[in-house]
Amino acid sequence: MATDIIIHDEKDNVGVVVIEKITPKQDCNCWIMENDTSTNIQSVDEIPLGHKIAMVDLKEGDTILKYGHDIGKVVKSIKKGEHVHVHNVKTKKW
Amino acid sequence: MEIPKSFLGYKRENGRAGTRNHVIILPVDDISNACAEAVANNIKGTIALPHSYGRLQFGADLELHFRTMIGTGSNPNVAAVIVIGIEPKWTKKIVDGIAKTGKPVEGFHIERTGDIGTVMKASKKAQEFVMWASEKQREECPISDLWISVKCGESDTTSGLAANPTVGNLMDKLEPLGVHLCFGETSELTGAEKVCATRGATKEASDKFMKTWSAYNDFILKEATDDLSESQPTAGNIAGGLTTIEEKAFGNFQKIGNCKFVDVLEPAEEPKKGKGLYFMDTSSAAAECVTLQAAAGFNIHLFPTGQGNIVGNPIEPVVKLTANPLTVKGMGEHIDCDVSKILSREMNMSEAGDKLIETTLRVANGRLTCAEALGHKEFVMTKLYRSA
Repeated sequence: MATDIIIHDEKDNVGVVVIEKITPKQDCNCWIMENDTSTNIQSVDEIPLGHKIAMVDLKEGDTILKYGHDIGKVVKSIKKGEHVHVHNVKTKKW
Repeated sequence: MEIPKSFLGYKRENGRAGTRNHVIILPVDDISNACAEAVANNIKGTIALPHSYGRLQFGADLELHFRTMIGTGSNPNVAAVIVIGIEPKWTKKIVDGIAKTGKPVEGFHIERTGDIGTVMKASKKAQEFVMWASEKQREECPISDLWISVKCGESDTTSGLAANPTVGNLMDKLEPLGVHLCFGETSELTGAEKVCATRGATKEASDKFMKTWSAYNDFILKEATDDLSESQPTAGNIAGGLTTIEEKAFGNFQKIGNCKFVDVLEPAEEPKKGKGLYFMDTSSAAAECVTLQAAAGFNIHLFPTGQGNIVGNPIEPVVKLTANPLTVKGMGEHIDCDVSKILSREMNMSEAGDKLIETTLRVANGRLTCAEALGHKEFVMTKLYRSA
């Protein structure tokens, strides 16, 4: 089955869309690179290629994990399946 | 895949090997650009390297200027050099530095002669050099003669997912064969700096990296008028899905695979500790970074891109790869190696690494890169601070 989303590390709470876009309420196939396993998620938003989807519900102050590492903090709560980007996540630097 | 043990390069007087055979006309300073460009226009097969600096610089900034000039002329991709400056003293300093490689080099200064007289004298010498260089033949050189530098640009999440790890896979396969490798981009390791520091081959290398990164970060904290979110990530990065500098940094970091760096280099500093991976303190702006790496002696460059950076360099061929299928579709003329099938899982990382090794060797053997065919010759000096 085609892969719609790739997740770097099993600890990650976000995945990356690898098809041209996913549409709302799409049942997506996700592949976790690190341990070569698969999972599924239903999208909430339309999300373009290269952009991130929340794999779990996230609340303000939570840490986003990608590559198994801290890549920033949630500044506006995010529901599982929603688009994760500059409108709801900020750097912890600067 | 069995990795070839050799490539066809140009053997130089100092034992290094080039992937190209350029004759360059190197201006010492900004006001000598016109003269250098006139010579390159007169004598076919030569190339002028105009730039913006070289006057009234001092201290570490002047040292970097000389290191970049001398390093560029000394690069094994360069067969012979004409140096043109306004004044004799700095011109001679650069000529003497390049002459240590044993390659033909001659300097000309414009004061007391003027542009026209200088162009005439320098053109005669340039003609002699280019005709001499044109008889040089490619010979079999061990793969360890490759000095490979890397830098990514216009990155997006596909860079961190696939194009950068492809470069990492190449590094993991070529490092044991004795090549020199170099990554840089001090600023774009911000967020991954502690993880990067653990990749020093020695405690000394790790400490030197943290010292370098901290000096950069202190400068940012001192000079920044805002939170830098207008600059890092860039608008292109954000359009491609990158949200924070940390995310960009961890993506960037995938380029070194599992290698450990043996030393930390100053900008444009030649590696002195033998084969292996080096970190160089560089800007993250593409042309500045590649110019510094070329000046340190690297003879082929790998440039993974997401949204499609188009940079080239006049002396170091820049091989571009991308994993973003939209970039391949929209601007394929800039992409030397397409690894977008990683995203659709029709290609695994090892296959992608093999494909990149194959492309790299073809370019090392003489195949033009997309950037060369399109005329990209960005030569951009790094300036550390204001002049005196």
